[in-house]
Amino acid sequence: MIELNINGRTQSVDAAPDTPLLYVLRDHLAMNGAKFGCGLGQCGACTVMVDGDAVFSCLTPISIVAGRRIKTVEGLGTIENPGPLQRAFIDEQAAQCGYCIAGMMMRAQALLEKNPSPSDAEIRRHLMPNLCRCGTQMRIFRAVRRAAQAMQAGDGASERSRA
Amino acid sequence: MKSCGAQRNALTRREFLAASGALVIGFSLAPSSLRAQKPPGPKLPGSLDANPMLDSWLRIDADGGITLFTGKAELGQGVKTALIQIAAEQLYVSPQRIRLITADTRQTPDEGYTAGSNSMKDSGTAIMNAAAQVREILIARAAERLGVAADRLKAQEGAVVADDGRRLGFGELVVDGLTKVRADGQSKLKDPAAYSIIGKSMSRVDIPAKVTGGAAYVQDLRLPGMVHARVVRPPSYGARLRELQTAAVEKMPGVLKVVRDGSFVAVVAAHEYEAIQAMRSLAAAARWEERATLPEQAEFYAYLQKLPADIIVDLDRQAAGSPGARSFEASYRRPYQMHGAIGPSCAVGLFKDGVLTVWTHSQGVYPLRKSIAEMLRLPEDRVQCIHVEGSGCYGHNAADDAAADAALIARAFPDRPVRVQWMREHEHQWEPYGPAMLTSVKAALDSAGNIVTWDYEVTSNTHSMRPGGAGNLLPAWHLETPFAPAAPKPIPLPEGGGDRNAIPFYRVPSVHVVHRFVPAMPVRVSALRALGAYMNVFSIESFIDELAQAAGADPVDFRLRHLDDPRARDVVSLAAARFGWASYVRAPGRGRGFAFARYKNLAAYVALALEVDVNREKGSVRVVRAVAAVDSGQAVNPDGIRNQIEGGIIQSSSWTLHEAVEFDTTSIKSADWSRYPILRFPEIPESIDVHVIDRPGAAFLGTGEAAQGPTAAAIGNAIAYATGARIRELPFDRKRVRSAIGV
Repeated sequence: MIELNINGRTQSVDAAPDTPLLYVLRDHLAMNGAKFGCGLGQCGACTVMVDGDAVFSCLTPISIVAGRRIKTVEGLGTIENPGPLQRAFIDEQAAQCGYCIAGMMMRAQALLEKNPSPSDAEIRRHLMPNLCRCGTQMRIFRAVRRAAQAMQAGDGASERSRA
Repeated sequence: MKSCGAQRNALTRREFLAASGALVIGFSLAPSSLRAQKPPGPKLPGSLDANPMLDSWLRIDADGGITLFTGKAELGQGVKTALIQIAAEQLYVSPQRIRLITADTRQTPDEGYTAGSNSMKDSGTAIMNAAAQVREILIARAAERLGVAADRLKAQEGAVVADDGRRLGFGELVVDGLTKVRADGQSKLKDPAAYSIIGKSMSRVDIPAKVTGGAAYVQDLRLPGMVHARVVRPPSYGARLRELQTAAVEKMPGVLKVVRDGSFVAVVAAHEYEAIQAMRSLAAAARWEERATLPEQAEFYAYLQKLPADIIVDLDRQAAGSPGARSFEASYRRPYQMHGAIGPSCAVGLFKDGVLTVWTHSQGVYPLRKSIAEMLRLPEDRVQCIHVEGSGCYGHNAADDAAADAALIARAFPDRPVRVQWMREHEHQWEPYGPAMLTSVKAALDSAGNIVTWDYEVTSNTHSMRPGGAGNLLPAWHLETPFAPAAPKPIPLPEGGGDRNAIPFYRVPSVHVVHRFVPAMPVRVSALRALGAYMNVFSIESFIDELAQAAGADPVDFRLRHLDDPRARDVVSLAAARFGWASYVRAPGRGRGFAFARYKNLAAYVALALEVDVNREKGSVRVVRAVAAVDSGQAVNPDGIRNQIEGGIIQSSSWTLHEAVEFDTTSIKSADWSRYPILRFPEIPESIDVHVIDRPGAAFLGTGEAAQGPTAAAIGNAIAYATGARIRELPFDRKRVRSAIGV
């Protein structure tokens, strides 16, 4: 049994230590967010966050993420109460088929947690590992920019309320 | 229409109703054999003509719940949302009240394939008319119940309301058989001027689940007791399995069964990763006999030109009058290009009590059912295919093949749902590609610089090898008793396949268009978004620019003076104006390009102006900004149209700048994204603006594929404008661009 900390919850998983995190999330834990795209780290559909960094879960064995903070798109909010990044993707209608979107969002989330006000060029560069075949990149880009603004405004608001 | 078949359906429906406990206007699914017997009369609108019973489109429950049925599938193009908008508008209810069931052989009408940008024309038109008629029936029923004239009643948010304030909910008006009537196509449609839902952008109903980790895809299906399977694909098209030792793999952790039938090999395991590991071990243990079945890629276009071809004359119009003063010619090439779904194809199969159920992201559940039934030698009524969304497909990709895999494995491992997903290398190497194509064109200008003759030839394979039978399902080729692919057929105009959009939309007195249809298919091909229109529009619109240059005319003016259709002129003028075409100032390394097409010459009009930046040292080309104008007729969800056109521009930019399938004489070498690179995020334009020209009340014009051709041509034209180099072979990758501009 390996203990994984996923979206703030500790979960015990009975899987071989070399099993990629992707399959444990999807198959053992019945989570949909991370997607199988290539298994090669070429497309980013499986992207999740580990200790704040975006990683390819298809290439990450569970043995090396035990006890580390894993975050998936399910950890950003819910359909009833979407988080700021999810809200921005809905507001911008930033999906066609949507298969790449959870991976895009987790890579974007990793950027915004480190750099709350990235430049346009930084957003584009940062999202390079993730492929979208429907050609939704313009909207994805706008959604990330919108989320950055919303998160900053939100932080400002909560700081003011604390003051 | 009474027959055994119809009665059987009616019984099934009653059983279903008994089980659900609802009083409903059920549904009628006439078997296709009955549809041929439709009574004489005017053609009904859209898919109503093939599926005329109203209750096969709309069901109203006793509790007032409204269920809408479509035979079309959500592919990420937003069709669910648009169809709901149409029904809501005609029923005078808010869209949230409507539940939509998509392509499912157990419950929806058979609308063939979700393809060809036909969903709005087929299903949208059918639903609009069906919903209007259902509304009239409900109002007539309320008039009877309330004892007032129908013109004193109106539908309002799920009820029929009288001018004296009395109201009856839709559910209260339902009696069995109320809408078990044939559509007449005569009901009064809502006045487009009064539309409050159609023509307004509506948030897509499928997006919230997709951004929150909801179960949105067939890949996310987890049925009770489900197991996982993987297929061991042959290494190449001509490979046959000679030997396979399975004993070691059968002892691996989690492995439940190894399935083998001829050269078809699959493994079933409890967990997904166990299935993958077992598949890898089986692949390593398998001994294949391979054959060189492919031509040399370096000489491929000459090979394609020499393959035997059937000559189809698409148009031969010879006008009397002056021969051209000056003539010009050019030829163009397009390689094999792939759909390249981000999510490899997937399906879930369950074989239980002699019935096979397949959950699939196929574009055509009914044709797939027929094909799978043939492959398994089962009666069709023992096979059910249910569409569940998958990763975007952009045409006929491996979705049906994965469904066939699931069917074969489920039959060999009955009573438990079997989920099978393809590996990346399988998707890349085995999906049916968009065909390689050759075009050539000769045209003459008169002394005033107008086109007077146009002679065009397109050489292509078929653009549809969709499953209309078992032989078009990949795994069926590998069985001990294999099925051979059906003989390829050209898709006739006006839709067209290789010759889709081969006839120029411009006014030219003498036009000769020939489709050289090549039956032999060394590489597996089928329908890729826009089919031949991508290449034909690229060729025509590149050549139009060449002719404009020869005539000393501005490319936009030159197009306008050869366009009579006012709607075509409107999109051209609007795109040029919003781009700032007339005032464009060329910066070093930059260039502007323009293109126009009416998709299939009968669907949406798209004009596109864009600017490229050409890096001379690297040979790299980037689209800096793009402005499109689109006329889709009555726009239902304008933001949905914009999303499709934006996506089409980016996807086609990727095809045009980067993509070509590579092969040697034995196998496909483009096995993953490193060997088949596509556009990545830093290359996206700074802006794409899409201007939708709404035509309230006009027919829906298919849009989803309309940007593919114009984008390719506009990029080529912009490169020519920026560098002086005209490139006539796709893709415009770095090597080709450097060589063209002489770096």
